[in-house]
Amino acid sequence: MTEEIIIAGFGGQGVLSMGKILAYSGIMQDQEVSWMPSYGPEMRGGTANVTVILSDDRVSSPVLQSYDTAILLNQQSVDKFESMVKPGGLMIYDPNGITRHPERDDIRIFQVEATEEAVRMKSPITFNMVVLGAYIKVNPVVNFDNVIKGLRKSLPERHHHLIPINEKAIQRGMEIVKEAKLRTP
Amino acid sequence: MKELALMKGNEAIAEAAIRAGVDGYFGYPITPQSEVMEYLMLQKPEERTGMVVLQAESEVASINMVYGAAGTGKKVMTSSSSPGISLMQEGISYIAGAELPCLIVNVVRGGPGLGTIQPSQADYFQSTKGGGHGDYRLIVLAPASVQEMADFVDLGFELAFKYRNPALILTDGLIGQMMEKVELSEQKERVSEFDQSWVTTGKTKERERNIITSLNLDPDLQYEHNLKLQAKYKSMDQDVMFEKIECGDADFLLVAYGSSARICQKVVEMARSKGLKVGLLRPQTLFPFPSEEIARMARKVKRMMAVELSAGQMVEDVQLAVNGKVPVTHYGMLGGKIHSPDDVLNEVEDKYIGGY
Amino acid sequence: MEVKEIIRPENLVYKRTPLLTDAYLSYCPGCGHGTVHRLIMEVVEEMGIQEDTIGIAPVGCSVLAYDFMDIDCSQAAHGRAPAVATGIKRLWPDKYVFTYQGDGDLAAIGTGETIHACNRGENITIFFVNNGIYGMTGGQMAPTTLEGMKSSTSPYGRNNETMGPPYKITELVAQLEGTHYVTRQAVHKPGPVRKAKKAIRKALELQKENKGLSFIEFVSNCNAGWKMTPNDSNIWMEENMFPFYPMGDIKVDGKLVNG
Repeated sequence: MTEEIIIAGFGGQGVLSMGKILAYSGIMQDQEVSWMPSYGPEMRGGTANVTVILSDDRVSSPVLQSYDTAILLNQQSVDKFESMVKPGGLMIYDPNGITRHPERDDIRIFQVEATEEAVRMKSPITFNMVVLGAYIKVNPVVNFDNVIKGLRKSLPERHHHLIPINEKAIQRGMEIVKEAKLRTP
Repeated sequence: MKELALMKGNEAIAEAAIRAGVDGYFGYPITPQSEVMEYLMLQKPEERTGMVVLQAESEVASINMVYGAAGTGKKVMTSSSSPGISLMQEGISYIAGAELPCLIVNVVRGGPGLGTIQPSQADYFQSTKGGGHGDYRLIVLAPASVQEMADFVDLGFELAFKYRNPALILTDGLIGQMMEKVELSEQKERVSEFDQSWVTTGKTKERERNIITSLNLDPDLQYEHNLKLQAKYKSMDQDVMFEKIECGDADFLLVAYGSSARICQKVVEMARSKGLKVGLLRPQTLFPFPSEEIARMARKVKRMMAVELSAGQMVEDVQLAVNGKVPVTHYGMLGGKIHSPDDVLNEVEDKYIGGY
Repeated sequence: MEVKEIIRPENLVYKRTPLLTDAYLSYCPGCGHGTVHRLIMEVVEEMGIQEDTIGIAPVGCSVLAYDFMDIDCSQAAHGRAPAVATGIKRLWPDKYVFTYQGDGDLAAIGTGETIHACNRGENITIFFVNNGIYGMTGGQMAPTTLEGMKSSTSPYGRNNETMGPPYKITELVAQLEGTHYVTRQAVHKPGPVRKAKKAIRKALELQKENKGLSFIEFVSNCNAGWKMTPNDSNIWMEENMFPFYPMGDIKVDGKLVNG
């Protein structure tokens, strides 16, 4: 098994930390992992993206042009990465703020209303965990228990009191994710 | 019980340095390697092992702090990125001339000049051909994973002390910024015995005074010194390291190191799935260079392609090793842009079909 | 009187410093470097710290200082001696580490290293020999060359307007928090020699107490570079250098003397 994932959105949406938790989750189930961010000025305010690879074998290139899964959290990311999902691959996106929705019919597309849900939970910073929940529901490449273990490893000790709220957010994501209805049948 | 961690390449170097029992780190911040000193400072190594970490006023100062401390036999290192490494060249030349062991890490970014902070492999010439003034070489290690970033710290010091020569880890922002699973080694004790035949720790009654210098005003003596250095560099061939991937039946050989080697691993997978017999030779040491193995492979394959994030630097060493036996071409992005596996595969297919 | 009767310990008035080697000094006859070398080595001997002392030689006339001093030495790149000393002292805090530098090395190309080592208060001693000229390379203008003074790169005299004025880096480093003891000395006459030796001893003793950096400037002559006889150069130095580079302590116990 090798799963090549791109996660992209605005800086500050928790794109990199979501990738990191995913990578840690992979380690918890003995996978080989790599986490490759875009770095530099791009980090500051603009778009942020990270490539996460989970594999049973040694990971080869951390630089990719096509992905098994794209998790896209703003319009720029949908525009940039939609075409880079491998045929038969998976896309998960948050429709919040999206005006041009994905249109491909050779991939599976799911929506997770993570922005709204996180606000409803009165915990906007758990937005990325709602998205993560959606992903592991649709593609259980890592299981829930290992994600929680990964979360524990990823968060510094002083933030461990936030684990329950994050755990809840992941569960909510698993519940609310739904297959997107394409406008053009 | 092995200790696993998810770390950036830069952080792995820092953690490995503490665990290797390094005595001192002297550095100056520059992207994309600032995590090395940041991580060290955060770890309070003065409490963990007694390691000294000092932020110098410039790369010029930090390499000269390394020079001074290395002359006392301690394990010392610095890290920087391309423009900073250029500033260090004078000091590195002195360290090589005075035959001191130390470790230098270059997390390469695109140049020339201030260039870009994105990954590049355009410092190959500087690293492997000397870099500063005079006839000297560094031991050059090229990690291709976060695990190797950690492992090569220890290896770098081992070779540096074996040959009393500076060792350089040549990596780039891609490996430096990437996080991977890394198995951390056991904590080593810091060394407390020093080879009194050369260190400047204070002249005792039992020995003559020791002098750390690269100066020899007598050309005959300087000539002799150079001959001795050249013999030492030649002898490093015994420590050449490389990895071969899918080379057994390959008739098209990619040669790539570091981040490009990672990309080429994928290229090999993709090419093989298309039935193309592509293999990869990955030098882990760039000096000494695996010339002998490449010459041997030149008798087995029909074509070679060096893949580097540069306008073609290592390709010259590949060509020298191949010595005209098979065509050798170069492929690579420049200036901080990274070639994707698809880009490289296109070039392979083009050459593969076009070649025969 | 027999020769043997004269050679008795009680008749000894002068002897070679045991910690100076037998190598011929490479300095011009009349130059002050040899005296400064001797004083430092006398103090090292008297303090019994040869086993714990590491000297850093610069680039300049005193590049071969390590040939003359019987202690472990490191030869630094031009201007980098304070950085080299920092590297050693940080890893060997119990050793005595000093740099020995000229004006071009310390106050021109090495200004950055000088200022920052002083500012960090490295527990080292900087011995700074200021003769207002680049001696080794053939008498070019130094950052400390006086206004109007002729050198091979200011053949019509230093023009402050176009070449910048000479500057007093010793007063400058005295302003920094990290320096503990800053003084200016000379070695051209017995009186100043005795004072200079006391300053050297004080500076090395301060290293033991981890008080910060000690900085001693020796205003010296360069009879060859100044194109004078040794005696004339010393007279010229007193008349011209001393008014601009006044003798005496600038900072003691971490406090400016005229602060």
